Amino acid sequence: MSFLSDLYQEVILDHNRRPRNFGELNDANGMAEGFNPLCGDKVKVYLKTENGVIQDVTFQGAGCAISTASASIMTEAMKGKTLDEARATFAKFHDMVTGKLEFDPDDEELQRLEVFHRLSEYPVRVKCATLVWHALMAALEDQAQAISTE
Amino acid sequence: MGNAMQEYLPEQDKLSGPRAFDVESVRRDFPILAERVHGKPLIYLDNAATTQKPRSVIESISRFYESQNSNVHRGVHYLSQTATEAFEGSRRKIQRFLNARSSSEIIFVRGATEAINLVAQSYGRDRVGPGDEILISAMEHHSNIVPWQILCQQTGASLKVIPMNDDGELLLDEFDKLVGPKTRLLSVIYVSNSLGTVNLVSEMIELAHSRGVPVMLDAAQAMPHLSVDVQKLDVDFLALSGHKVFGPTGIGVLFGKADLLESMSPYQGGGDMISSVTFEKTTYNTLPYKFEAGTPNIAGAIGLGVAVDYVSEIGFDQIEAYEGELLSYATSALSEIPEVKIIGNAKEKASVVSFALEGIHPHDIGTILDQAGVAIRTGHHCAQPVMAFYGVPATARASLAFYNTAWEIDALVGAIHSVLKVFR
Repeated sequence: MSFLSDLYQEVILDHNRRPRNFGELNDANGMAEGFNPLCGDKVKVYLKTENGVIQDVTFQGAGCAISTASASIMTEAMKGKTLDEARATFAKFHDMVTGKLEFDPDDEELQRLEVFHRLSEYPVRVKCATLVWHALMAALEDQAQAISTE
Repeated sequence: MGNAMQEYLPEQDKLSGPRAFDVESVRRDFPILAERVHGKPLIYLDNAATTQKPRSVIESISRFYESQNSNVHRGVHYLSQTATEAFEGSRRKIQRFLNARSSSEIIFVRGATEAINLVAQSYGRDRVGPGDEILISAMEHHSNIVPWQILCQQTGASLKVIPMNDDGELLLDEFDKLVGPKTRLLSVIYVSNSLGTVNLVSEMIELAHSRGVPVMLDAAQAMPHLSVDVQKLDVDFLALSGHKVFGPTGIGVLFGKADLLESMSPYQGGGDMISSVTFEKTTYNTLPYKFEAGTPNIAGAIGLGVAVDYVSEIGFDQIEAYEGELLSYATSALSEIPEVKIIGNAKEKASVVSFALEGIHPHDIGTILDQAGVAIRTGHHCAQPVMAFYGVPATARASLAFYNTAWEIDALVGAIHSVLKVFR
């Protein structure tokens, strides 16, 4: 079935089996939790930034294969990015999975997120993939607030 | 995906036993069962979320709007009388269906949720105070938790919960200890939507009554599976949803014993629930109208009357016998898959099978099954405390109605195998 290989690509299944950057981050300076009341899934994102650059990011939580793989791939993609770059990547990712942006194979940013480009055909599953990104954005805010109060 | 995704077509039915019940003929009464999903025949196993509607119900709704539409209880004109007769006729059908003493004990509401909120606010607020207790169970749907939490916040009462065992059966010894002098009401789910458990409500009502505690039953999930007799049960209040018993959405019923309903304050104020209004004083209407403010869901009520006619025509003897066979067929077919863990193994069960697949999230199961045309529910089933009890965020649930078949169970099993193949 082509649908299964579209949605449940080997890359996604691999990240689901062996999620990268999984666990708590001891020296995090930003943290946020994402909760999807529809399915009960919860994910926590830990963030460590220095001089406006993401040094490390990890996640914790139990979810479906789409959400776990999305979290795992996101953490890999975000390391070394500036906060603005991270926000811009999220905007692109969001537009891609909601079908507002065509996948552009030449866009280096989107290449590592390519496995999700057919997700827009499964609208009920889009939130599975974006939940962790929303948590990341909240963690960026959390970190920004922590700085602003210093 | 190999044979797992093959089309399952009706064949000789595998269930044995008396064949007075002709499932293929029943299926023809439900137009939607002929639909195809993703190019496959629809296999609808999400009946605990909502049931499908027989043609007679669908036609009664269009007939109402095409030739009878008018407001009820008001006009002297022909149409208004026709509509009122159809609406009140439906109330009497439901009275007979539940074996209530009088049709004035049948209050039309939006659904079981509204029925429970009505009792919490109209009965509860007048009678419940600080230090009092409301008793519910560990397997309630959110609709039988939250209205009582709101009442407790308003009155200073507290919520007590009857625990259950790992099979999903309420602990009646613990229940016995929880019914005390502070208990003002027991409100319990008759059939669990998430586990399928049929609670031993007769025994529970008897014990509660012996201590002067009135009982409300959330029968939303019981109605499509069991014959419910409110006089035999001696239940004080009972809530049901039309759409879970092959009727339309947006219509439901609160049954209440007349003396209790008489003694209660109105739930909402407005038209139809009054006998006279001046700016100084309003006199409320008699039962059941006192609790039916505003223009009701007339077409919905009529459709629900036709739905209970349909179910009565088949008869619960046949429905219970057939669904019993279907449940044991499904339970043994699913149990043969080593990765499947069935959640909820009560001795008394309706045809609902909740399950988990080792290491695979229910949403992934649901998406892959959907591609095979198999509709099941995945999630917390509006029963998050039940999920917390079993330590799972969600389950997959196949809930069966009398129009489901053994070949549909086979298709479910086949689709589960393809889920396992993807995640191997």
